[in-house]
Amino acid sequence: MGHQVLSGARRSGLRFRKFVDKALPIILSVAVFIALATLAALLVTVVTWGGHRLSPIIILNYPSANPNEAGMRSAILGSIFTVGLAAVICIPLSIATAIYLVEYSRGGRFSSILSYNISNLAGVPSIIFGVVGLGFLAYWLGMGRTIITGAFTLAILILPLVTVTCVEALKTVPDDLRQGAYALGATTFQVVRHVSLPRALPMMLTGGILGISRALGEAAPILVVSGLLFIREDPTSLFSRFTVMPLQLYNWISRPQPAFIELSSAGIIVLLLILLSLNGAVIGLRQFLTRRLGQL
Amino acid sequence: MTIKSYNQLLTEYLEQGKDEMTDSSEPEVVRVENVRVVYGNKIAIDNISVSFKRHYITAIIGPSGCGKSTLLRSINRMNDLVPGAKVYGRVYFNGTDVYSKDVDPVFIRSRISMVFQRPNPFPFSIFDNVAFGLRVNGFKLTKDELYNKVKDALIKAALWDEVKDRLNAHAYSLSGGQQQRLCIARALAIDPEVLLLDEPTVSLDPISTARIESLLRSIKDEYTIIIVTHNMLQAARASDYTTVMMPDDDMIGRIIEFGPTKEIFTNPKDKRTEDYISGRIG
Amino acid sequence: MTVMASLEELKRGTERRKRTNSFFYFIFLSATLVSTISLIVIFVTLGLESFNFFTHVSVAEFLTHTKWTALFAEKHFGVLPLLNATIITSLIAITVAAPIGVMIALFLSEYASPALRSVVKPAVETLAGIPTVVYGYFALYFITPNILRNLWEGLQIHNALAVGLMIGILIIPIVASISDDAMNAVPLDLRHAAYALGSRKSDVALRVVFPAALSGVSASIILAFARAMGETMIAAIAGGFRSVLTFNVGEAMETMTAYIAQVATGDAPHGTIEYQSLFAVGLFLLLITAVLNYIGIRVVKRWAIKY
Repeated sequence: MGHQVLSGARRSGLRFRKFVDKALPIILSVAVFIALATLAALLVTVVTWGGHRLSPIIILNYPSANPNEAGMRSAILGSIFTVGLAAVICIPLSIATAIYLVEYSRGGRFSSILSYNISNLAGVPSIIFGVVGLGFLAYWLGMGRTIITGAFTLAILILPLVTVTCVEALKTVPDDLRQGAYALGATTFQVVRHVSLPRALPMMLTGGILGISRALGEAAPILVVSGLLFIREDPTSLFSRFTVMPLQLYNWISRPQPAFIELSSAGIIVLLLILLSLNGAVIGLRQFLTRRLGQL
Repeated sequence: MTIKSYNQLLTEYLEQGKDEMTDSSEPEVVRVENVRVVYGNKIAIDNISVSFKRHYITAIIGPSGCGKSTLLRSINRMNDLVPGAKVYGRVYFNGTDVYSKDVDPVFIRSRISMVFQRPNPFPFSIFDNVAFGLRVNGFKLTKDELYNKVKDALIKAALWDEVKDRLNAHAYSLSGGQQQRLCIARALAIDPEVLLLDEPTVSLDPISTARIESLLRSIKDEYTIIIVTHNMLQAARASDYTTVMMPDDDMIGRIIEFGPTKEIFTNPKDKRTEDYISGRIG
Repeated sequence: MTVMASLEELKRGTERRKRTNSFFYFIFLSATLVSTISLIVIFVTLGLESFNFFTHVSVAEFLTHTKWTALFAEKHFGVLPLLNATIITSLIAITVAAPIGVMIALFLSEYASPALRSVVKPAVETLAGIPTVVYGYFALYFITPNILRNLWEGLQIHNALAVGLMIGILIIPIVASISDDAMNAVPLDLRHAAYALGSRKSDVALRVVFPAALSGVSASIILAFARAMGETMIAAIAGGFRSVLTFNVGEAMETMTAYIAQVATGDAPHGTIEYQSLFAVGLFLLLITAVLNYIGIRVVKRWAIKY
């Protein structure tokens, strides 16, 4: 009886609080819905506008004033050269940095300044890398507005991202493995070479792929380094002038004719498919890793 | 005719309800009948029946892993929060089965409050910690009323003198023992009928432990206290009744003895209780 | 005798291994220095070229003049119109991203089952992986004509509103993922304590987890705002290149980043004042975002609660 009275007394306030309790997850999922619906709308738009334009032309042809013949061959090659070279520069640097920070430095003031600067570098807006690439690399060092300048610019741009993943990778190596090797008289380098690095390398690879997909999508720094060029030939050397996929898309997007909007939609599909397959590779690699770690 | 505010009504009803619920002819506040708790496919405790008397301190003792905390958490439905946990049997709170469908577990927990092993104050000020339960439970009190409630709770928890000048200080600036008393104050602020304590002094030094034991004795006339401990001295010092739990051969926790603390400690009926108390098990 | 000889050998071997070790130590240390050197190069390059710029234009004019007509015959270099556009678009962005991101974080940490979480979290993070030219395209050709123009007839084709909204979508994952980390760091203990005082799930989410994670949440918003200020392609595509000081978000306006993109598009010759202005604007932008990032990182470190 007593219990009945008490719950009756609380009911009016209770009703509101119960309502809030029921409503909150619904309100929160609306936020998730907004984010994902935007993503879906974007993808649907791209596919409806550009799907019928997808053909080998878009990959094999050079850009052209005639939208029916235009492709992004030079941009795709430019992206492969620039981003490929950027990865070759960035990945070893990131791995070496991570080894220094995790294996060698024992958390002193000096190394904490160095790692603090990595997070500072991560906060620099991407277009600034382009401006400095243009001023420092292209003109001061005289490398010109070329593929190699673009590659170095992108390499430094993705350096913090890749380094952070490599650091995480080394941190997943259990410390007792290291202790075991040290106890047998191994030097730090031997511990790295025979114990830490082999175990961390696959996860570092996922960081490298993430960096590559970030670099592939960057338009702003390359726009500043290279300018908006109309290139109708394959790059021949590291000192060729160049353009990249997102810049070619920017070029097409800037033309208001419907045919070019369709063309840019089709180009976006190509770029997104490339990024999607890279992400798929990362997910696959991660699953492989969890399975392997599960067995160990 | 005067128009009463919602809060007045609420407070009045609450008082009235409390009177009705505090039927002193009914000495058992909590009665546990045939309770079995299952985690996933493992039976943690089984066949548990025990009553807790109003305005007494009952200790639950036993070796670790015997399901003391599990039993405690099934009283105020905290086991609902453990994924995969299932409670069978009945737990009566003032004659109402807390597991029946029309009972709101949130209501149960506001009447049967709980203090945990490790002090776990919220990362807010001392004041906000104590006021938390009042705010969450929808008491719309005036500033003064809220202050007085907080003050009362802190006085009962023997913490007021130490913190009265710095109620806005962060709770984490308190020592471990003070934090635990803050957690007790926080639980008392909502005027529960039953206070559950799950090894409240296990992480504290002897002096803090003694303070908490004496504060429990000082508030037992207003509350019903159930304390889980594996410190037998604590049970002997602080409690009026003692329940002894022990895992059986399948590691299922069972009650092996229940009675006034004095009897349990001076004249145990069960051989295992005697072994446990004298330190041969545990 | 033989024991002595092998001891000698061992010593020599150890010396060799030590040398290899120090050699690689310097290699790894040099690699680590690259980030710091890059930062220095960034500041020096921007600083020196800006210095050239400020020999022609006074710092006072740069900071206070209300006209930016760098590419016209009569040149004025007042950064206010560009700064205004950057701040307005970033404010719109954060107005979108902060509530949505925090709500997503709360959903992920308090309500989503592990299975749902493992689907929703990467899906939300995909938003940050879409190239920003694509967002610019979507803002210009879909959001403005198909959605915003139905609600606001006088809206220009290029406008700050669409730019802000799109940047907002782009930075949702920054807010969501940092806030989610902060909420996950709130110990289960505190949630249970709240339940034991008669809390409902919504009380635990709003009155315990959210305030306990507030330092992480604020940091996520500051960092996301800095990211919004640095976004280029969305502003360049959908915001237009009209550097006029206006507060009407329905009009075209040029952000600092869009100006840099504009100059880069139209090949500004090396050594001209237009070329130098890139560095001045770049330095100004970098300083603002650096201060924001510094505050963000400090907020995380200073207010972070050690449970």
